[in-house]
Amino acid sequence: MIGSKPAELSPSGQAITWSDSDKSVAVGAYALRLGDDALVLAHRMAEWIASAPELEEDVALANIGLDLLGQARMLLTYAGEVDGTGRSEDDLAYFRDEREFVNCQLVELPNGDFAVTMARMLVFAAYQYELYDRLCSSSDETLAAVAAKAVKEVAYHRDHATRWVLRLGDGTAESQQRMQAALDVVWPYVSELFEGNELVHGLVGGGIAVDPAELRDPTTDYLTTVIEQATLTVPDTSVWHTGGRRGIHTEALGYLLAEMQHLARTHPGAPW
Amino acid sequence: MYGNDFTQQPIVEIAEDDADFQAILDADGRIEPRDAMPEAYRKNLIRQIAQHAHSEIIGMQPEGNWITRAPSLKRKAILMAKVQDEAGHGLYLYAAAETLGADRADLLDLLHTGRQKYSSIFNYPTLTWADMGAIGWLVDGAGIVNQVPLCRCSYGPYARAMVRVCKEESFHQRQGFEILHTLSHGTPAQKAMAQDAVDRWWWPSLMMFGPPDESSPNTERSMRWGIKRFSNDELRQRFVDMTVPQAQALDLTLPDPQLSWDAATGHWEYGAIDFTELFEVIKGNGPCNAQRMAHRRRAHEEGAWVREAALAYATKRDAEREAEPPAAVA
Repeated sequence: MIGSKPAELSPSGQAITWSDSDKSVAVGAYALRLGDDALVLAHRMAEWIASAPELEEDVALANIGLDLLGQARMLLTYAGEVDGTGRSEDDLAYFRDEREFVNCQLVELPNGDFAVTMARMLVFAAYQYELYDRLCSSSDETLAAVAAKAVKEVAYHRDHATRWVLRLGDGTAESQQRMQAALDVVWPYVSELFEGNELVHGLVGGGIAVDPAELRDPTTDYLTTVIEQATLTVPDTSVWHTGGRRGIHTEALGYLLAEMQHLARTHPGAPW
Repeated sequence: MYGNDFTQQPIVEIAEDDADFQAILDADGRIEPRDAMPEAYRKNLIRQIAQHAHSEIIGMQPEGNWITRAPSLKRKAILMAKVQDEAGHGLYLYAAAETLGADRADLLDLLHTGRQKYSSIFNYPTLTWADMGAIGWLVDGAGIVNQVPLCRCSYGPYARAMVRVCKEESFHQRQGFEILHTLSHGTPAQKAMAQDAVDRWWWPSLMMFGPPDESSPNTERSMRWGIKRFSNDELRQRFVDMTVPQAQALDLTLPDPQLSWDAATGHWEYGAIDFTELFEVIKGNGPCNAQRMAHRRRAHEEGAWVREAALAYATKRDAEREAEPPAAVA
């Protein structure tokens, strides 16, 4: 079991009666939550390009980054349309501050060594796979279409990370030690993935969103199988970090955004 | 299992003036990996293909420098895909060199120890976003002019790799042009950024064609072998003729006051190139030589434990397979 259910959450599927405009705002906020995860992790993947351990891995990490960036672009575009604010993908990516980003903290963690990057990718892709697999049946046609495309991509990301975790876990003494240390680094950020809030639960009731709590068991099962096969140990942590969905982040996000946003903000309104 | 067995074939060496070999070249035929070839031809090609591959992977750095700062998500996606293409080009080229009996790890070692070179153009810094436009338009443009004739190179695997590389480079060149066109028609600050980038990249791009013909030592033999089809100066002139009208379309100025149309020759005349700069950069004294090499070596060294682990894992799995009894055949 990864973490425990935070006490303040309302039970999933709780019926909330929303007006159409409230619902649109909620769908936009949900799309933003999914989109920010993909955007921030795409950025971290891009940081690897020209620094990977093998040329094949430069290609692979760029590819995964591009898939995530593609997901982010579709989700951010939809968020800005459906919530009625008319914000573009670039308005949302470049002109929001740290506290307005609603990605989970896991994706913003610095890359660390290759083992940390693979540990994070394994966890995130396993979660995203279960999420998108279910979101394909969303009653929201746009979210369902995004999920149908993304689930195929994420299946590859999960497979890629799985193979590396197996190689590194059951490779040399050094790689095993690094891979275990990497799991220990990312593990306190896993539980946040399965947290919902009132907004998400309202959308779950309407058949639009996926209840994150529902993803905990299948994701955990997958991770446990891979970790054990890799001759590693599922970390035993008592600390679970959270807050990303409320705009509470690690210090790392500020630097990431400073780098990502500075040029766009230096020339507000300019065409690129 | 087939297709990767080239290096297990004995390498058949023949004399440099072998009549059958020259007859294939004279008929514009292709030399393939299993064919007999002179040792000097093989070595020359390995060096050229390896240096081309090194240029692709070092070339990832100056553009990779702007991925995390790209000013829109669309530009970020395009730039990531472009740098990824360059890694892919490096892969095909190292693979082409391996068909000649070379080993990628050895070639990388030659790069990391400074015994093989890469294109000097990547020793210049990318200082602004407009440099992404200037590199695509000018550097990739010059690359295409250099590389299109290689699609007809006498060595089959290299020629075929270049067909794909040139298609992708052609897209890169157009996206560079489009970045500059957008900047040039944007705000005054953006236009100034574009002009500054063109000012900095124009002369180094002309130097990409190498020294003038009178001081280019390898040209004659490479031409006889069908590895090179046109001289440095011929290709440079072709690039200038192609680029000047494009600069006009961009509404940007090329930083050469002597640039003028010569109706008699049908070519654009250009000013004298300061080749002392090129030779300094080749010697290692360019603005970014040390930085590019340090980055490459660091990535390689920091990845060593990962490559060792992958090898150890594969060895364990192979041993397990060998220990298993063979599956029953129905």
